[in-house]
Parts: sequence; structure tokens; C-alpha cells
Amino acid sequence: MRNNPQLNKNGELQHLLTIDGLPASTLRHILDTAESFLGVAEREVKKVPLLRGKAIFNLFFEPSTRTRTTFEIAAKRLSADVINLNVGTSSQSKGETLLDTVDNLAAMQADMFVVRHSQSGAAHLIARHVAPHIHVVNAGDGRHAHPTQALLDMFTIRHYKKDLTRLRVAIVGDMLHSRVARSQIHALTTLGVPEVRVIAPKTLIPSCAERMGVQIYHDMAKGLKDVDVIIMLRLQSERMRGALLPSSQEYFKYYGLTSEKLALARPDAIVMHPGPMNRGVEIESSVADGVQSVILSQVTFGIAVRMAVMSILMGNEAGETA
Amino acid sequence: MKIHIRNGRLIDPKNGIDAQRDVFIAAGKVAAVGAMPEGFHANRVIDASGLVICPGLVDLSARLREPGYEYKATLESEMLAAVAGGVTSLVCPPDTDPPLDEPGLVEMLKYRAKSLNQARVYPLGALTQKLAGERLTEMAELHDAGCIGFSHADMPLSDTLVLMRAMQYAATFGFTVWLRPQDAYLARDGVAHDGEVASRLGLPAIPSCAESIALSAILALVRETGAHVHICRLSSREGIALIRAAKAEGLPVTCDIAVHHAHLSEMDIGFFDSNCHLVPPLRSQRDRDALREALADGTVDAICSDHTPVDDDAKLLPFAEAEVGATGLELLLPLTLKWAQETGVPLSAAIAKVTAEPARILALNNGHLGVGQPADLCLFDPEQYWKVEPASLNSQGRNTPFTGFELQGKVRMTLVEGHVVYELPDEG
Repeated sequence: MRNNPQLNKNGELQHLLTIDGLPASTLRHILDTAESFLGVAEREVKKVPLLRGKAIFNLFFEPSTRTRTTFEIAAKRLSADVINLNVGTSSQSKGETLLDTVDNLAAMQADMFVVRHSQSGAAHLIARHVAPHIHVVNAGDGRHAHPTQALLDMFTIRHYKKDLTRLRVAIVGDMLHSRVARSQIHALTTLGVPEVRVIAPKTLIPSCAERMGVQIYHDMAKGLKDVDVIIMLRLQSERMRGALLPSSQEYFKYYGLTSEKLALARPDAIVMHPGPMNRGVEIESSVADGVQSVILSQVTFGIAVRMAVMSILMGNEAGETA
Repeated sequence: MKIHIRNGRLIDPKNGIDAQRDVFIAAGKVAAVGAMPEGFHANRVIDASGLVICPGLVDLSARLREPGYEYKATLESEMLAAVAGGVTSLVCPPDTDPPLDEPGLVEMLKYRAKSLNQARVYPLGALTQKLAGERLTEMAELHDAGCIGFSHADMPLSDTLVLMRAMQYAATFGFTVWLRPQDAYLARDGVAHDGEVASRLGLPAIPSCAESIALSAILALVRETGAHVHICRLSSREGIALIRAAKAEGLPVTCDIAVHHAHLSEMDIGFFDSNCHLVPPLRSQRDRDALREALADGTVDAICSDHTPVDDDAKLLPFAEAEVGATGLELLLPLTLKWAQETGVPLSAAIAKVTAEPARILALNNGHLGVGQPADLCLFDPEQYWKVEPASLNSQGRNTPFTGFELQGKVRMTLVEGHVVYELPDEG
């Protein structure tokens, strides 16, 4: 394996591109820092001046509302200047290459790019290309990684379950196409979760999934038995049209989370979902809105986690002031 | 022009020579090997002390990018790369723009190549018109224009009826059909081997069975039609097993691998190195080991460069969007030597894989240095290390996964038909 491209010469985080290969201490440091930012949202003035004068470009080559918004809020709470660009609708359609777009924005004195792209590896490509003072945060690249989502999920699990080293976690759904699942799996195994299960039909599981340290289940009843955490993955509607799945009805019947299936998990199990949810496809409304659901907490924690990532990358971590 | 090459180690696998022998060249041909013929007065004496003299390399696949892709490479740049790599004969696949499906295009390419007076160029004609997989090309006409065989390059040919008819028609005239086995459906949208790395990186994957299913179909059609088929760029263990069985059965098939597949695996993709976006994909380490073994035991007949120069911009893209291919003409020899050294294969057997063996596949009487043969040969220093860097390559394509590697074996001089077409500049 070559040098980890997200670390600088001193082993510090220069970019956040993937969870894969990051040490547990780095992940814990991000989560601990996020903890200290949680309080900011409760203040009358929801801002800290850590990134004042810094320019953060949200560079979204793929449409997104939620992720982009939470990054924007996180950056603004750190007092950074935020510029949102939905590139999918402008320069790329005029034939400008990805790196041309990046170069142009870098020339506008960017300090950080938050990038989402439909291709696996796009964030790595940008990180290799930009000048050393610019930081890149991967906000989702193809099927590859979505590290801040995984970190906020870890934050949520730690918040509700405290000790990760005693947990059984089940991830249910389309792992094959899911950058969220890949990042979650790396984060869970790195942080010492002893049992990570993936539950899905064979068409939605990559061929070497076990090599990532998970156990594969095709029977949801067996897979959910005695788990502490259930993470539901979003099933995109286009997956229904090809040869991957016959119908959303059959998928819901066998892999949708209902209150009956939830009862197989531990009574204090929490239910998570990275959003946006397809009610009635992967999750029943009564479960999504039920007492075991922590889905909205995930969103709230997402802001603190993204503040932590941005401040750590820029070398300005929250101290006493936060 | 008479040339005397002296003090070199002559390795001529086809003629079973690996010994210190002088080579004498007159009128473009090998005049004698060993003792100087009577009355031979050399115009030039080349001292090959410490060097290996071998037949010029015969490369079974090198894209010269003409016509159609001159911004990626030109005939001038790639023909220089060929001779700088010791390659004196090369086969170019028909996937130019337009594809080589008309005699006029082939004649033009042959003419352009010949006027450069460097390596010999043997085009493959398109098996179907526009490589669209529907209508046969005028194979006999194309053959007369200079095509050495017929191929579908990397374009899908899913219609097995068309494939069978094409093989029957080619067999009518005794032409060889060159096929890279890949099931178009199983490979659709895929960019990497369906294994550990694609699973982890979230890259759309191509399973090994895409190769073995297509290869099984081709072998069944060989039995049906009796066509001679050359299987191009094998990549998987399963593919090797099928070829081994087909050869044992006596089917008229030969095969090659690309030299990068003898060294690299999916692991080399690392963090999305687009130089490793290759066709077929780099597979697992077990697959790579099977390819290396099959080369040694003769299941795989030949090694080619699969030279594919790509412009920098086309590689500076996310992995899946980056154009496939690697530059290779100048790496074919050192990477073949590296394989031999690592596996304990004798130098002579390794050189056969890039000279006599590919010549046999092409049914050409070259790839050896018997008396009376055209004097196509290469002198290389087997000990010299050199670093693969963009500046160290003559090809216009700088795209190679081997950038930064120190490779052993440097071509010092190349002759085609008794003319020195390349001489490594002296280092100052």
C-alpha cells in the first residue's frame, strides 16, 4: 500500500478523503473535538471565530441538499466564508474538466474544498492536484467513501451506546452502491466494534465484502438477532429497474425494517439512517419515527462533526473558547 | 553497408544460440554468424562487449494512434519509441478512427509507416465493419492490402452468430482471428477486477468469468469452424486453465498476455492510480501468479506491450473516467527480463517470448537471426539500470504504472534490415 494521501509528513490529517487507513486515535480525536462543538448550537450567538477569514468552497458535482447544507452551517458556525457551487449544472456541462474547475476556484484563494462527485476517487484526484495549503474534504465520491457521514454515525453510536467495543452492529441494504456503508464499516472496525454485520440480498453485496471485516447475512431475521445498532441504507429507486431487485414491494418484505423485525434486536437497539429515507421501501414509518430511532440526532450531530473535521484540518481546534 | 558486430553475447532462441558470437551483416541481411566470411570488409564495426545481441522484438500489440488520435501520439513518436525499445516488428490493432476496415486505410498506414524507415508495421484488419459487430469486412481485400489477421480490438462482439460467421469466413482463406475474450454484458460499466480492491474502493467491477465465459464461447466456435484464433491479453487464472485444456485438445489456438499483467495486480491501483486503469483489468495476485507460471510453461505463447499512449489530460480524471491503457513499447524488454529474473527463467527463453514466439504466431519468418534473414536486431545492456520517468520515454504517451521503477536492461542499438535505426545517445 502506498503512503496514505490524506496525511501530511507529520502524520497529521491534511485531507479527509476516506476512513480507510486512518488510525483509531485520529477518529477518536475528531469525535472528541465534535463533542466540544455540540454546545455552540445552544448559544445565543451560534458562532466561534476559529476559521474567520477562511474561504471554504462547497464543490458539489452531484446534487445534494442535506449534506451541503450541514457543511455550510458547520463552516458558518466556525465563522468561515462559504461559497456554494453546484458544478453539475455549470462548467462541467460546458466541457471544463474537473481539475480545470478546481484550478479556477483555487485561484480565488480557496482554503478548503468540500467535494461531492459521482465518481469513486474524485476527491483523491483533487487532493493530489491542489497546492499543499488547500485542504480537501470528501463529501461523497461515487460508491467509495463518505467519511463525515461515517464519523457522525460513530458519534451518534458513541453518544447512545458509550462503549463501542461491546457492540453488535447491523448494516442493512445496498452495500454494493453505498459509499456510506464502506466508510461506516471502516470506522466501526477501526474503533473496535467486534461484530459488524451486513444484511442484504446477494445482488447488493460486493464480491469481497468479508475482506472488509464484516459478516454477511441474507436472512434479516438472523442478521438482526441481538444487535445493538441497526443502520438502514438508502435504496435508490433506479436499483429497482435493472436486474438487481425485482420490486420495491419484495425488497420491503424481506429487507425493510418493520417493528416486528426490530423486535428481534436488543430491546435498547437504536435505529439509524443516513437519509434521505424511502419510507415503505427500506423502513416503515412507525420505526423511522419510533422511540428507538435516532435519525434526527444524526443530523444534529452531523454539524458538530463537520465543524470538528474542518477545524482540525485547518489546524484550529476548539479549545477553552468553544 | 556492411556491419560487423563483435564481442557480443548472441541470444537467438529459435536457432538455439546463446553464446559469444560475432554477427556479420551485408545488404540488409545476416551474412554470417560466428566466423567472418571470406572477403568481408565491414564499413562499420560495432563493439558489443557486455551487450546482448538478439533478434529485434516482435510486439503483438502496439497502438500507434493513427489515423484519428494524433493528439495522443503520432506515427513518428511511436515508431521512435518502438526502436528505442528494441522493437523491430509490431502489430497494430484496428481500433483507430476510422477503424482499419477498408483497404485504403491499411495501405495508407503501411505507406506512412514504411516511409519512416523504422520498425515494420503489421496491421490487423477490423473483423467487422466499423467494429460494430454486425457486418463482415472485406477480409481478403484487406489481407491483400497488408493485414496480417483480423481482430475486434476491445470492441464488444456480443452476437455469437456474427462471430461464428466471421471465423468461418476467415478460415476460408486461412486468416487468423485475434480475439480478446470478454463478455460484454458482464463487463458493462466495469473498470476494475471484481475483487478485494474494487469492493473496497467502490469501483464498478468486471468478474473473471467475463473472460472465461467469452473464452469458452470462442473455443467452442474454434471447434465448430476450425478457424485459427489468437487469444489476446489473457488476464485470469480461469482463462489460463481453459487455454491449457484447449491446447491439450489440439485446438489451433495461441495466446498472449500484456507485459504489465505479468507484474501488477489489483493492489497496484492503490488510491485510484488511473495509470492502472487497464483493459483487461489488473486482477488478483493469484491471477497474476497463474499468468507468470503459464508464461514459463508455454501455455502463454508470447508477451506483448499492449502499448496504448494516452494524453495526460485523459488520465487526469477520476479512475473510471480516465482513458484506459499504458505506454509500453519501451518497457517490453526490461519488464520481460524482470519476469525472467524473478522466476528463474533463462534469458534465452524470456527473449523467445518477445521474438521467435510472436513471429511464429504471425507466421512470419522473422524473430530470429539465421543466415540470410533480414538483419532486424537489437543490442541491449542486460545489466544497466534505468529509471522510468516521463523524460526517459520517447513515446508521446507517458502513462505507465511503472513510473518511478528502476528497471534493468537498456536498449543500446536497434537495426532494421541492416540499418541502424536507433542508437542510445552516449551519456556525457
